[in-house]
Amino acid sequence: MLRISAGAHAEMVAHCWSGLPLEACGLLAGTGDDATRCYPTRNVAESAVVYTVDPKGFLLADRDAEASGLTILGVFHSHTHTAAYPSPTDVAQAPDPGWHYVLVSLADQAPAVRSYRIVEGNITEEPVVLVQ
Amino acid sequence: MPVDVRIPTMLRAHTGGAATVTVEGATVRDVLEQLVAAHPALAGQIVTPEGGLHRFVNVYLNDDDIRYLDKLDTKVGEGDTVSILPAVAGGS
Repeated sequence: MLRISAGAHAEMVAHCWSGLPLEACGLLAGTGDDATRCYPTRNVAESAVVYTVDPKGFLLADRDAEASGLTILGVFHSHTHTAAYPSPTDVAQAPDPGWHYVLVSLADQAPAVRSYRIVEGNITEEPVVLVQ
Repeated sequence: MPVDVRIPTMLRAHTGGAATVTVEGATVRDVLEQLVAAHPALAGQIVTPEGGLHRFVNVYLNDDDIRYLDKLDTKVGEGDTVSILPAVAGGS
């Protein structure tokens, strides 16, 4: 399960909208399975179909999270025209089996947010719980 | 000289859970070799057998990507921090 604060959730979805027509991406930080902070990052791939988290943005997010006693616990990115399900590319390039992989689909009018665990190529969806 | 190395969460299982490891070295290559000497399970995770940086890893010296410095031959000094970060990418 991924628990995500309303503030981090809103910031994540807003960053995905503002990235259109390109895919947007960013990192989530918190403790355990509780994401309490969103770090929007630049998509250095500058593409509508692939994303690469800006490594410098990752460095700064990691540093800021640690200073706040948090850890980076997942990554999010948008799918602009497809469902919120990990693509073969997402699975092949998932770096950390401990992370939450959050997809924000903008294919429909309302954004769809889903979260997955990706361990050795196996995708498992997990519930996303919004915490006020 | 002593240099702090920041370990990403995905590799901390290989450092006994440590987020930061302090090792000696004059270049980034030295530092990474000393890191692997201290934690042999990291072998092949950061530097390829051919001696280059693994393509799924980014290494920063303080605020700079070493690919834009002297790569693994980048010199390090006391008080520097070397950060290892996974490349995070995907697509729809």
